[in-house]
Amino acid sequence: MNQRVEVAAPVVAAGSDDARGRPIKIVNRDVNVWYGDKRALHDVSIDIPDRAVTAFIGPSGCGKSTFLRCMNRMNDTIPSARVTGTIEIDGQDIHDRSLDVVQLRARVGMVFQKPNPFAKSIYENVAYGPRIHGLARSKAELDAIVEQSLKRAALWDEAKDRLSQPGTGLSGGQQQRLCIARAIAVDPEVILMDEPASALDPIATARIEDLIDELRQNYTIVIVTHNMQQAARVSQRTAFFHLGKLVEEASTERMFTAPRDKRTQDYITGRFG
Amino acid sequence: MAGSALRADVISETRAPGLDAGQIRGRRLREKLFIACGLASTLVGLIALSFLLFDLAADGLPRLSWDFFTSFPSRRASAAGILSAWVGSVLVILVTAIIGVPLGVAAGIYLEEYARRNWMTNIIEINVSNLAAVPSIVYGLLALGLFVYGLGTGRSILTAGLTLALLILPIIIVATRESIRAVPYSIREAAYGIGATKGQVTRDHVLPAAIPGVLTGIIIGLSRALGETAPLITIGALTFIAFLPDPPITSEFPFISFRWLFDGFTVLPIQAFNWISRPGSDFHANAAAAGLVLLALTLSLNALAIVLRYRLRRRLQW
Ligand SMILES: Nc1ncnc2c1ncn2[C@@H]1O[C@H](COP(=O)(O)OP(=O)(O)O)[C@@H](O)[C@H]1O
Ligand SMILES: [Mg+2]
Repeated sequence: MNQRVEVAAPVVAAGSDDARGRPIKIVNRDVNVWYGDKRALHDVSIDIPDRAVTAFIGPSGCGKSTFLRCMNRMNDTIPSARVTGTIEIDGQDIHDRSLDVVQLRARVGMVFQKPNPFAKSIYENVAYGPRIHGLARSKAELDAIVEQSLKRAALWDEAKDRLSQPGTGLSGGQQQRLCIARAIAVDPEVILMDEPASALDPIATARIEDLIDELRQNYTIVIVTHNMQQAARVSQRTAFFHLGKLVEEASTERMFTAPRDKRTQDYITGRFG
Repeated sequence: MAGSALRADVISETRAPGLDAGQIRGRRLREKLFIACGLASTLVGLIALSFLLFDLAADGLPRLSWDFFTSFPSRRASAAGILSAWVGSVLVILVTAIIGVPLGVAAGIYLEEYARRNWMTNIIEINVSNLAAVPSIVYGLLALGLFVYGLGTGRSILTAGLTLALLILPIIIVATRESIRAVPYSIREAAYGIGATKGQVTRDHVLPAAIPGVLTGIIIGLSRALGETAPLITIGALTFIAFLPDPPITSEFPFISFRWLFDGFTVLPIQAFNWISRPGSDFHANAAAAGLVLLALTLSLNALAIVLRYRLRRRLQW
């Protein structure tokens, strides 16, 4: 299942849609990140298309996660991190003083590398977000949000009979889908995923990938992966990072068939990474 | 390749050139000797403790009876009991907990989650750790000046509670901070990631996960307070007391009274100390019995801490 695509073989991205002509959801201009004195990201400028999957690939430590976390200002929670540059979502600067970071993170959800459900029931895991944002006016409404989110995360059938059991009791793949449901529940526009399948077995990985392909109908998705077959399978656009710089960005199809930069070529043919 | 080269290095290190069979045998012997010494010192502690317990039980057990718990101290050893002492202990610990626990937990949360890291918080941090090592008599001297003479709270249950609250504050602060620090960062990230505020992250996720450790710290602090004698003698606890504090519940409106806070008091360890300092083995038996009660209380508090920690930990898994 994991071997649908050979590493170096030319690939056609999921569907034939390459997200060309889609409106732009997120505009990044000259984004730099420092951790203390250490510069982790150099002048990254990239447009993220609306309702499509954009994949970030590159060797580990090249700044993929760092950049991903800029887009929901998650780096704010790290005291040593400093971010410069402009990031606009639907034309609105996310560093604008009038913008509430809590509101931003409800609009730009995040799924992490290691599944991290709360030590609460499955129901509470999904209901927590809507509750703190006041999205449901009644228990019935909250129930409906939980059900719909779990359905969208393809977990409802497995979870509907055990909603009151702890989320930590699920399998790794189910936990990750629970985390996706938790992100969906606050009705975001963008979902950032940081290597969401790297801790999962091939079957669970395939389910997550199918899910991502479905979710792009409704959400703008940015996924970090160090697995190039995965990038090829799920994304319409791909960006290659190297040593804190954005080296190349193109439709996934072109990226894997005709990379322009030597470094991209070397990386996707497995010469380093 | 690099790995095997490294291993070869390690091997040649352990079999250093010039170390003959005799020296290796000597090294093994030293190791065995060390283990034997460690075992012996452990046994010394264990034997001393069981001897102490046995001695205490032999003297005190015969005196333990219902009357012993319901009688005031008396000039006749056989009629004397610990009523005023255990009531005093319970009330003092109650006040200690009501004042010390919220203050300690709040300070711990503030220092760990909110305070900026700068020279001020560094100084506070060092001070908190040092406070835990200050001899308890010093707290007594401080309380005598601050509460008894300064605030005029008298030689009362309130003063005792305040003093012991100060004494256990560093214990609770340190325990709170350590349990908060042990909460995995991924839990906070998850909550921040769906737009929780810092307050919500702390209240809904960090604190519930830290609760087992915080509770353990609280109980260990309180059981330490339960056995304290020196600071309470300093602030003027009574040694012979044949009345109970004012009852907290009254028959008239508003049915609740706080006058007991300002009453004189004694506590179990002071009562025991008072009896042991009298001549005559009758009173010494009383002291042993009071010691047994105190020991049982402290041990059950510690057992409660272990059970709570175990059960709450099992409920929280990541
Ligand atoms: N919290 C942090 N503090 C300091 N340096 C960090 C931190 N997070 C990441 N870095 C550094 O920033 C660089 C980029 O890291 P990261 O974005 O995690 O890379 P990737 O996700 O591509 O593997 C690395 O050199 C890493 O060591
Ligand atoms: Mg990463």
